[in-house]
Amino acid sequence: MERGAPVIELLGVSKSFGGVAALRDVGFVLEAGEIHGLVGENGAGKSTLMKIIAGVHGDYVGELRLDGRETRFRSARDALAAGVGMVHQELSIAPDLTVAENVFLGTQPVNKAGIVQWRRMAEEARRLLAGLGLDIDPQARIGDLPIGLQQMVEIARVLFSGARIIILDEPTSALSPPEVERLFSVLRRLRDDGRSIVFISHFLDDILRVSDTVTVFRNGRRIATSPARETHKAALIERMIGAGHEELGESYRADIRLDSASAAPAMLQASGLSLGRAYRDVSLELRAGEVLGLYGFMGCGQIELVRTLFGKLQPDGGVLRVSGREIQLASTSAARRAGIAFVPESRRSMLFHAEPLYKNTSVSTLERISRFFLKPAREREIARAQIDKLQIRPPRADALVGSLSGGNQQKVGLAKWLSFPPKVLILSEPTRGMDVGAKEDVVRIVRGLRDEGLAILVASTEPETVLSLADRVMVMKKGVVVREFKNEVISKDRLLEAA
Amino acid sequence: MSASLTDEKRRARHAGFAALLRGQMRNIAPFLTLICLIAFFSFASPSFVTLDNVGNILTQVSVTGIIGVGLTFVILCAEIDLSIASVANATGIVVAYFTAQESYVNIANLPLPGAVAIALAFLACTGLGVVNALGITIIGIPSFIMTLAMMQIAAGISALLVRGQIAYKVPDLVSTLGAGSIGGIPWIVVVAAVLLLVGHLVLTYTRFGRYIYIVGGNREAAEYSGLNVKLIIGTVMVISAICSGIAGMLGVAHFGSAQQNEFDTYLLDAIAAVVVGGTSLFGGRGGIGNTIVGLFVLGVLNNGLDHVKIDSFLKILIRGLILLAALVINVYAQRLRETAED
Repeated sequence: MERGAPVIELLGVSKSFGGVAALRDVGFVLEAGEIHGLVGENGAGKSTLMKIIAGVHGDYVGELRLDGRETRFRSARDALAAGVGMVHQELSIAPDLTVAENVFLGTQPVNKAGIVQWRRMAEEARRLLAGLGLDIDPQARIGDLPIGLQQMVEIARVLFSGARIIILDEPTSALSPPEVERLFSVLRRLRDDGRSIVFISHFLDDILRVSDTVTVFRNGRRIATSPARETHKAALIERMIGAGHEELGESYRADIRLDSASAAPAMLQASGLSLGRAYRDVSLELRAGEVLGLYGFMGCGQIELVRTLFGKLQPDGGVLRVSGREIQLASTSAARRAGIAFVPESRRSMLFHAEPLYKNTSVSTLERISRFFLKPAREREIARAQIDKLQIRPPRADALVGSLSGGNQQKVGLAKWLSFPPKVLILSEPTRGMDVGAKEDVVRIVRGLRDEGLAILVASTEPETVLSLADRVMVMKKGVVVREFKNEVISKDRLLEAA
Repeated sequence: MSASLTDEKRRARHAGFAALLRGQMRNIAPFLTLICLIAFFSFASPSFVTLDNVGNILTQVSVTGIIGVGLTFVILCAEIDLSIASVANATGIVVAYFTAQESYVNIANLPLPGAVAIALAFLACTGLGVVNALGITIIGIPSFIMTLAMMQIAAGISALLVRGQIAYKVPDLVSTLGAGSIGGIPWIVVVAAVLLLVGHLVLTYTRFGRYIYIVGGNREAAEYSGLNVKLIIGTVMVISAICSGIAGMLGVAHFGSAQQNEFDTYLLDAIAAVVVGGTSLFGGRGGIGNTIVGLFVLGVLNNGLDHVKIDSFLKILIRGLILLAALVINVYAQRLRETAED
């Protein structure tokens, strides 16, 4: 393939999920021998586009051309057979197998009798990895290797399957700076061999450093494509979030003034918390009557951090204090008894779908409602009070939670903590997947709770969520708190810049 | 706007009704099975529907029923206990071991007063249950494997105590409750009924019972709701062992002997009764009411097959097929429920 010739062309591609447009009339060209950076906010459509190219979504409008010929991939296997491979953010390795076995997963070399040729497999794996400039023992158990090397092995597997087009989704989010360097040198080597690479990332510095071309997506549209040499970070952010206020409520960039209440007592204090590779040396202080926003990209360690604060994960080091008293949270029930409430990001892990609403809203406070025998009448009364307060629809205490809409389920997940208010409320992705109206409800509810004196922590990967709720914002990046915004004016581009 | 709202309401109501039907599916199916079986055997054999035979069936299901109370708790939590029969056997042997035996019984046992023997037997089954609980919750062994090991351990204790011999005597209280009767009703039926009732009340009307359904319904959500999931699971494992222990003591009195491998068939019978009754192996759905229906399905089947002329070897196969059918219904009902939730 001649360098610079288009290998993948997309013409007028649209795709929607249940009536919501994810891609609108998108054109995209990937050339042979280029590294193509792809940026955009969550939900901008970049992942959907790549999943079309990688065969995950076969059902779309528009045309996909491979080497100039129209084609349509029905499955990831289809796409791989045609030379398109994808490495997802969540690696799909088998941790207990060796490096060689992972490279040849499902395609082990066998002799005529069907016996696996272990030696040949190890030699070929070594040769493949050496071709990437890597010296990895093919017999090592892959789970023992650092994440960066595991990723390399996965890339080697995709290459071995014959991929000429490799799509990498957020490959640098879990890597240390030297590991990022090694990845980049491998990518450059592949590019110089004439292969094409798509590099999706939130880390704009990484994108600008390694890419030849950068494309920006916003709200399902391709906004701009330009040579990486001719653009810079501020321009990319500007294009990602949109200069005008065209999509009000979804992509505003209004400046927000953070006013932090300071005199209130600290309800939750963490100092020097660390947990493996997830996060390091995190210190924070959460005061009564304030909302602290915790912002960072997927995989920055905030999910693990909030789980630690609720006793689900145990930290390797650091000290945790609730109302000034040092405490070790050995379990979630210990956290609950200490006055900490937690609403996880997925509804599946906060609700009991087959149970009626009133049993869901009483589950965390049942100890306060009944000593031994249940009091269903009292539980229903409590449920009705929460239904009124949070405007849950339908307003029936006996409605099955599984039959409620997503936004209302989210409210139920919150309501179960509120009949006996906790000291600290931790919300993880409180507005994920909500429409504008439901988001406004959440903002109203959280502000109301803050004004009642709760200390609230909101962790999110969506800048809008953090900006619309928080009085103070901490930004996490690759497991470390890198910036705190307080008593100052903040806007979305400054937040993105910090992360 | 208003049109779409009423539309939504109608859909919600429709979904609610469908969900109700689907939810009841697991209760209706076992009950229909039971009625069909009773109808069939009543028709096929004149000796089946007699007062005597009803008494027989009740007595025959009592030991299974007592074990089934604890097992229902375990399965509602989406766990399993494979050690029930062995623990029952071991407890029965322990209570006999500490009772004075006739001189011809060749067991080096340790005669103690009846109350002490009973207390030691309770201690034994509770201890075994605690080991199960610790293995599952603290060490993190899946209950299937943990209780499989306990099955062997309890069988080993039984073997060591009786060394291939048979003991006959148990304390008077145990012997009355296991083999005696009051006003024509066997005590063992009364005990089973009382335990089933207590189990039902605990599951339905207490906080602990609610927690069992919650943990079985969605363990992750239970944990994120701040429940002490490990404590709840540990407790039901201990309850299961104690129920098995009671069944073991009364069973030994009922059979008139204490020996190895005496309860082996009760493992499958108890699991079958709970599951055939419609309690979900995936947890969170079902209850003692289901277990009672399941007990009678098995009891009527076992007893009825004795009343009709049928190859006794074929009987085993038929039992297996009925169990399979019930499991298929169980999985199918679970799937219906999941689609209803989505």
